[in-house]
Amino acid sequence: MAASMTNADVVLPGDVLTDRLKEITNKKVRLGPGLRWQSKDVVACKCGVLKSREDHAFWIDNHQRRYIPAKGESIIGVVSLKAGDIFRVNIGSNLPAALPYLSFEGATKRNRPNVQIGDLVYAKLLVANRDMEPELVCIDGSGQSNGLGVLSREGFMFKCSLHLCRKILSPDCSLLRVLGKKIPLEVTVGMNGRIWLRCRSVNDTICAMNAILAAEYTPEQNLKSMVYKIFGGVAAV
Amino acid sequence: MQLSKNVKQMKFMQRRYGQANAAEEEKALMSKVDEDHWVLDLPDLDVKESKFEVEDSFVPFENLQFGRFSFKGMNPVIEKLMANEKAKVQAEESDAREKEIAVSDEEMAARYSSLIGTIGKKFTKKRNRTGTMEESDIKKMKFMKPSDDD
Repeated sequence: MAASMTNADVVLPGDVLTDRLKEITNKKVRLGPGLRWQSKDVVACKCGVLKSREDHAFWIDNHQRRYIPAKGESIIGVVSLKAGDIFRVNIGSNLPAALPYLSFEGATKRNRPNVQIGDLVYAKLLVANRDMEPELVCIDGSGQSNGLGVLSREGFMFKCSLHLCRKILSPDCSLLRVLGKKIPLEVTVGMNGRIWLRCRSVNDTICAMNAILAAEYTPEQNLKSMVYKIFGGVAAV
Repeated sequence: MQLSKNVKQMKFMQRRYGQANAAEEEKALMSKVDEDHWVLDLPDLDVKESKFEVEDSFVPFENLQFGRFSFKGMNPVIEKLMANEKAKVQAEESDAREKEIAVSDEEMAARYSSLIGTIGKKFTKKRNRTGTMEESDIKKMKFMKPSDDD
C-alpha cells in the first residue's frame, strides 16, 4: 500500500488514507467523491487519482460512466413516464428520478407545463440519497428557471464519460470557447455524462460532437488545433 | 425595519429583496421536502463534532461551471445568463483582490495618528495657517537673496 501512496497519487479501493490527513490538525477536512470515512479511518472506495486543494479538500478523480446522483448537481434527464403529478425521468442512475410538474417555472395546478414523454429536461437534483428515489427540480429557490427546464427538440444528445463532462465544465478548459468561435452552437452539459448539442446544420453537429468526444484525451494546449482540424481548417496560431 | 413578506413579493421590490431571500426560500423548500419524508420517531442523536465533512458532488471541489452555453446568438436567453454568471465571477475576483490590497484597520489607525497635524491644517484658514506652523518652518522661509553673478 505504501507504494501506491508514493507512486503519483493513484489510489485503489480499500486504501487507507488516514496517515496522509494526519498532518492536518485542528482544521476541518472535506472529503469528496470516492472517499469514505469509516470508524476513524478515511478509506478510498474508487480507483483513481487522489486530488487535493489547499483548503484541505480531498477527492478522487476517476474514469466512470455510471452516474451516482449527488445533491445539487445539474443533469440531463429523459422523461419516461407521466404519473399523476410527477414525471419519471431517466437520469442514468440506478433509479429513475421524480420530477413534480409544479417544479417548473410558472407552473400551477391548473397550468401544467408542456412536457411530453421522450423530452429532455435539464434539471437539478434536490434530493439524492443512496437508497431513495432522487428528486429533481427545474426551478431555483425563488421560482425562476435560470436555464433549467425542457431542452428544445431540435437538439441532439449523446453520452460520454462523467470525467469528460467535468473536464468541459472546468473553468480552465477552453474547448467550448474555441468551438463557439468556430460555429454558432448551443451546448448543455449534464453531470450525468450526457451532452446535448444544437447547431445550425447536421454537419456542424457531427463535427462538434467529434470535437467534444476527442477532447477527453487531448491536452489543453492542443485543443484549438484539434478543433480546427476537425472543422477542416488550419489553426491560426 | 422588517418589511412584510407580501410587500417583498411585489414586483418592484424583487430587485432589492429577491436575491437576499433566495437562500431563505431554498431552505424553506428543503424543509418542506424533508417534512414529506417518513422518519422513525426516535430521540435526536447527538452529533459529535467531527473532523471530516463528506460531500458527494464534484461541483464544489473542481469549481465546475453551470452546464448551459450558447455562442454566436444561438440562444440569446442562455447568452444573457452566461454574461450574468461571468460578471458575478469577475465581481467576486475583484472583491478578493481588493481585500488583498486594501489597507487594514491597524495600518489606517497608525497612519492617521501621525497625520493629525496635516489634517488639522485643512481646517484652519489660510491666513491663520502660519500660526500653526512650527518655528523651524518660519525660519526656513526667509527671503533668499538671488546670487548676482550675471
